[in-house]
Amino acid sequence: MKPRTVVTGLVLLAFALLPLLTEFFDQRYLLSVGTRIVIWSIAAVSLNMILGYGGLVSFGHAAFFGIGGYAVGILAANGLHSGWLQWPVAIAASVLWAALIGALSLRTRGVYFIMITLAFAQLLYYVSAGLEAYGGDDGLNISRSRFSGLIDLRDKASFYWLCFVLLCATLWFCGRLANSRFGLVLRGARSNELRMTALGFPVFRYQLVAFTISGALGGLAGILLANEGAYVSPAMMSWVKSGDLIVVVVLGGIGALFGPLYGAIAFFALEEFLKPLLDLLHKGWGEYWQIVFGPMLVLIALYAKGGIDSLLGRRHG
Amino acid sequence: MVEPLLSTQSLVKRFGGLVATDSVSIDVLPGEIHALIGPNGAGKTTLVGQLTGNLAPDSGTIRFAGRDVTRLPTHARVALGLARSFQITSVLREFTALDNVALAVQAHAGHSFRFLADARDDTSLREPARRGLEAVGLDERANTLASALSHGEQRQLEIAMALAGNPKLLLLDEPMAGMGVEESQAMIGLLRALKSTRAMLLIEHDMDAVFALADRITVLVYGRVIASGTPEQIRANVEVRQAYLGEEIA
Repeated sequence: MKPRTVVTGLVLLAFALLPLLTEFFDQRYLLSVGTRIVIWSIAAVSLNMILGYGGLVSFGHAAFFGIGGYAVGILAANGLHSGWLQWPVAIAASVLWAALIGALSLRTRGVYFIMITLAFAQLLYYVSAGLEAYGGDDGLNISRSRFSGLIDLRDKASFYWLCFVLLCATLWFCGRLANSRFGLVLRGARSNELRMTALGFPVFRYQLVAFTISGALGGLAGILLANEGAYVSPAMMSWVKSGDLIVVVVLGGIGALFGPLYGAIAFFALEEFLKPLLDLLHKGWGEYWQIVFGPMLVLIALYAKGGIDSLLGRRHG
Repeated sequence: MVEPLLSTQSLVKRFGGLVATDSVSIDVLPGEIHALIGPNGAGKTTLVGQLTGNLAPDSGTIRFAGRDVTRLPTHARVALGLARSFQITSVLREFTALDNVALAVQAHAGHSFRFLADARDDTSLREPARRGLEAVGLDERANTLASALSHGEQRQLEIAMALAGNPKLLLLDEPMAGMGVEESQAMIGLLRALKSTRAMLLIEHDMDAVFALADRITVLVYGRVIASGTPEQIRANVEVRQAYLGEEIA
């Protein structure tokens, strides 16, 4: 077996068993970190679809965290707790937003695309901060989605496994998509858009559909994030979160199927361990962990273009 | 008289004060190779851009396969049977030669909103692509990345991609550009072999190639057509000799 297969298999196995492991080693706190890694992986996988395969650097992906989260939060605040209602509404809202923003922003390229996706996400951020009825700046405590007897999201292990199954489904879907006709059109357009158009592909349509699928999956991550903390706030969709999502994708390996998972693991691990490590060196330094993290990212961008994924050997396909 | 496959009527394109295309009317008949020549800056590239749909003309019309296509986007023109190769080699560099042609086949195989099945296992794409590579003599290089092909091979690959949709008209933008003598000869042979099957509009600097292949030649200078006719007529045309050919075949 190739080292890539072995490592990927072991990582997935560890994540599948995480609730048992944290229980066994009596480290229940790590389960909540694990849950966030899994949810962020779903969002990063969805971002990787347009950024990695499509070559479109969207700097507003955290907007979907917000839309998914607030759809759940606002419905919950109005007494509508059924997940069967909340989740489809949240996904539909994400799809609508993605289709609208995509239709406008995909007419631009490069820096303009980055700026316009950022601008729309910021717009949403300020709208959410202005929702006084739903907590405004402070955000909103919510009760978790209810799936009448099927699954209790308040149970940390059950919720974790739900997130993990959804991550696996997302990975499976994106893995198939990458090598499908649709995926090849998307990747072909990243490689040479003019050529793809001259071949007869209406590239814009394919990119818009990709953007929309990506938004729907981002919205799903938002739903899960809201349920993880039983809390939504404008901070979920600040530009910093959009930037973090890009960092996770780059760190893991742009365009690599499992890259976002590795990226999310590394990102949260660094956040968790750099802080105490720096605090150990000098009390209070932990606050500034990003001073160490930033240069690490620069080094990765310069010297390890394929991110963590490239450490596992050459990719093919 | 046969209806032309492609024709332009008084096409005009201005860039500020510069008239890059000055009332150009040309046509390409079914089954012929029509060559478009002219010195640098004659407006050949601008004209090609308007034919393919990358540039919108300021006035005039373009008809293709019996339809007015002046306002149609590129992909719609391709669907009608207008394929092109690029002046500067334009292939999908991160894909293999076979992938490149398979994508060209896919472009003509209905919509590509198919998300799950592996396109590389799809014989309805791979088989025609393999035959396309064979037709241009690249079958041995099928699994080589396009970026690793030699310049001449990339040009051949482009032709294979342009042919994949079985187009009515091939628009060849300087297919010999940057080729050595041997590669040029091979390309001339390839184009001559294709001639019986489809019409071509050939934009080319290499006069040997133009006179070896063309049924008719149109000469463009400063955006205007100064002469159009058979190779013999063009060779004999005084104005053309002065404006252009004088430097090349004195």
